[in-house]
Amino acid sequence: MSVDLDQFKGIFFEESFENLDAMETGLLALSEGETDLETVNTIFRGAHSIKGGGAAFGFDVVSSFTHVMEELLDKMRNGEMEADFASVNILLESVDVLRELLKAFQDGLEPDDQRALALKLKLEEIRDGASGVSEIATDSQIEVEAGDTRDEEIIGWTIHFLPYENLLQTGNDPSLMLRELAGLGEMTLQVHTQRIPPLAEMEPEKCYLSWDIELKAPVERDAITEIFEWVEDDCDLDIQPVVQPVERRKMERRDEERRTGEGAGLERRKEDRRAVGKDAAPAPSATIRVSTERIDEIIDMVGELVITQSMLSQLGEDLDLAKLEKLREGLEQLERNSRELQEGVMSIRMQPISFAFNRFPRMVHDVSQKLSKQIRLETSGEDTEMDKTVMEKINDPLVHLVRNSIDHGLETPDERLEAGKEEEGIVRLNAYHQGSFVIIEVSDDGSGLDRERIFTKAIERGLVKESDELSDDQVFRLLLEAGFSTAEQVSDLSGRGVGLDVVRKNIEGLGGSIDIRSELGVGTTFAIRLPLTLAVLDGQLFKVGNDTFILPLSSIVESLQMDQKCISGVASDIELYRLRDEYIPIIDLSKTFSINENPKNMENALLVVVELGERHVGLLIDELLGQQQVVIKSLETNYQRVTGISGATILGDGTVSLILDVAGLIEMSHLDQNNGGKQQKMANNNLVLQEQ
Amino acid sequence: MSKVLIVDDMASMRKMVSFTLESVGHEVTQASDGDEALGIANNNTFDLVVTDVNMPNMDGLTLVKKLRGLANFKFTPILLLTTEAGTEKKMAGKAAGATGWLVKPFNPDKLLATTKRVLG
Repeated sequence: MSVDLDQFKGIFFEESFENLDAMETGLLALSEGETDLETVNTIFRGAHSIKGGGAAFGFDVVSSFTHVMEELLDKMRNGEMEADFASVNILLESVDVLRELLKAFQDGLEPDDQRALALKLKLEEIRDGASGVSEIATDSQIEVEAGDTRDEEIIGWTIHFLPYENLLQTGNDPSLMLRELAGLGEMTLQVHTQRIPPLAEMEPEKCYLSWDIELKAPVERDAITEIFEWVEDDCDLDIQPVVQPVERRKMERRDEERRTGEGAGLERRKEDRRAVGKDAAPAPSATIRVSTERIDEIIDMVGELVITQSMLSQLGEDLDLAKLEKLREGLEQLERNSRELQEGVMSIRMQPISFAFNRFPRMVHDVSQKLSKQIRLETSGEDTEMDKTVMEKINDPLVHLVRNSIDHGLETPDERLEAGKEEEGIVRLNAYHQGSFVIIEVSDDGSGLDRERIFTKAIERGLVKESDELSDDQVFRLLLEAGFSTAEQVSDLSGRGVGLDVVRKNIEGLGGSIDIRSELGVGTTFAIRLPLTLAVLDGQLFKVGNDTFILPLSSIVESLQMDQKCISGVASDIELYRLRDEYIPIIDLSKTFSINENPKNMENALLVVVELGERHVGLLIDELLGQQQVVIKSLETNYQRVTGISGATILGDGTVSLILDVAGLIEMSHLDQNNGGKQQKMANNNLVLQEQ
Repeated sequence: MSKVLIVDDMASMRKMVSFTLESVGHEVTQASDGDEALGIANNNTFDLVVTDVNMPNMDGLTLVKKLRGLANFKFTPILLLTTEAGTEKKMAGKAAGATGWLVKPFNPDKLLATTKRVLG
C-alpha cells in the first residue's frame, strides 16, 4: 500500500524552520560561553529532527548534511569535543545553509547544494579532528555476503529458538514471531517443554518454552534474522539453511534475471524522482499553528451563535409587539456572540513577538563581529502578541532600526571607555501593548542624537529654515524625512538617517507611527506604534457633507466645538486652533476631499483632534455619528492606493464608507513642511466605490 | 483495530505516523514528549507505543523505563523510532525495556509491516 506523505511537508518545513531558530539561539548562547548541556542537547535534537524528516521526504542533501552536524554535536554532547569558537561558527553557518536548502525545497526548487557540500567537508574535518578516525559504513559486511555466489540453492531453514526466561519483559512475544515466520512459507514446529518448572515454582511472567522450527521457504537469511532482530540477545538462536545442490547454469540464469530486474527497477525509480522534482512546483501553503484550546473555544462560540440564531428565527415566525423585548434580547445576544467569535477568530492570527525578535541575536552577533564592537542584545516583552501579518511586515523596518543602532548609535569600545561607559554596548528590544496598539522599542545606550548637527544639516538640505523654532522632538523627526540623508553623510553625521524615511513610510503604511527619543551621550530610542491587527478597527463615524467617513478611534484624542476666539490664521493657508497651551493646525476635510470648496464658518463647528505620534492635528467635520467596529477592506486590492485613506468598509445599511489615514492627511495638507499651498488634493481621486 | 500511542516532538513525524496507522484502522493518540506520554499512559492502556528517542523534557529511553514500571505497560510492545542505527543505541533501548526499534527514515510500508509484527 502506499501512503501519501506529501501533505505533511508543510508542517515539516514550518517545524524545521523553528528548529533552526532554536539551534541558532542555542549556538549563540554557546558562543557566549554558555556551557549547559541542555543547550547542546537542544541543538542536537534540532538537527536530529530535521534529519529524520528530511530523509522521510527524500531530501537527501538535507539528511546527509544534518547527519554530519548531528555526529559533530553528539561528540560535543558526550564531551569528546569542545564547543570552541570555530566550530560554533561553522555550525551557525550550517544552520544558514540548511535554511537555504529547506527554503528551496519548500519553493519546489532543486536546491544549489554546492555550499552545503563544501561546508559538509568542513564539518567532517572538525568531527574527524576530534576523534582521529572516521567511521566506516557499517553495512559493508552485508554486501559481501550478498555478493557470495552459491553453488547450492536454499530451499528452507531450520531454526533453533530458545528464548531466555525474561524475553517477555520487553514486550516481545514468541507466538507473534512464530506467526511471522509462518508467513514466509510452510512451517513445522517442535516445541520443547522440559524447561517448564513444577506449577508451584512457575512464574506467569516468564517464558519456559523453546522451539525447533523447520521452514520450507527459499528466503534470504535476512528475512529470518529480521524477525528475531529485537531478541538476539534474549535467546539462543541458531539458523541453518537447508540446501539442495543445483546446476550451475540454472543458477546463473536466475542471477542474471534478478540483476536485470533490479537494474530496471532502479532506472525507473530514478525517473520517478526526476518527475517528482519537476512537478513539485506548487509550494505548500503558509500555515498557522493554533492550539486546540483556541479552536475549541471558537467551536463553543459557534455553538452559541447557532442557538441564538434558532431562537431569533423562532421569534421571527410569528412576531408580535409583545415579543419585542425578547427580540431585543436576542439581538443583544447575537451581537455578543458575533463579537466574541470575531475576537476568537482574530486571536488565531496572534503570535508572540518573539517570532520577530528571535532573529536578532544572530544578526547582532554577526554585525558586531564585522564592526568589532562589543554588543549585548537585551530583549523584553517577547510574549507580547500581535497579528501575524503585521509582524511579517515590520520585520524589515525592525532590522533596519537595529542595524542603525549598531552601526551608528553605538560607539566603538574605545570611544565608550573614553565616555566612561562599559566597553560593551547595549541594544534593547522591547514590546508591550498599549490599548489596541503594540509598541515596539529599539534602543541603544550609544552616543545619542546631536540636535545641533541634525538641525544644521536639515537647513543645508532645505528641509527647515534657520528661523524655524523646533522642539527637540521635531528636530529628531527630521531624520525620518525623505531627502534628509545621502550616502555622503554616513561618515559626516554619524550616518543617522540613512533610509529611515523608508522605515517611517513602511510603518505608516501599516497604520502605525514612529517616535524618537534621545539624550546626547546617553542613548536613543525608536518607538514603533502599530495597530494590533489590520483586519478590524474600532471606528468613529462622522459626516462631512453627505458622506460618512471613519477615523480609527485610537487616533482620536478628543472632539470639541470650536470657539471663534481660539482660531487664528498664521499663514494664508493654514489656520491654527489654540487648545489649552497648544496650537494645532486645522485640516478642513470638506476641502481636502473636494466636497465643498467654500471656506466654512468655523464658529461652533466640530473639530476632531487626532494624534500621530506625539503631534496633534484638528480635523474639521460636520457631524459626529456613532462608534462601531468596522471590518477593513483594502483599497489597494479593490481599487488603488489613495493618500489619506487607509481603506474602506461597508456599513450596516450597505453604503461604503472610507477610513481616514491620519498620517496621509497630514502629508496631503503639507503641514509637515512649510512650503505653502496644498498642491496635492483629492480632486483627482473622485472615488466611485458604490459600484462594488 | 488497535490503540497506539505515538510520542515524538516533531509534529510532522507524529502526524505521518498517525496518518499511516489510522489509514489501516488503528486508533492513534499523540504526545509530544515523554512527560506528556507518561501522563496519558497513567490513565489509559494501549496495544502499542511508538516513541522517538531524542525529545525535550523526557527522552524516549526514560519514557520506556517509566512505562515498564506501570502495571498496564509491563508487556505492551514499545518501539523506538530512531535515526541512530548504531548498536549501542539499540542496546540502550533494549536495556530500558523497549521491545524493538524502527530505524528512520520513516517509511509507511515498513511501519505497517513492523507494527503488524508486534500487534497480536
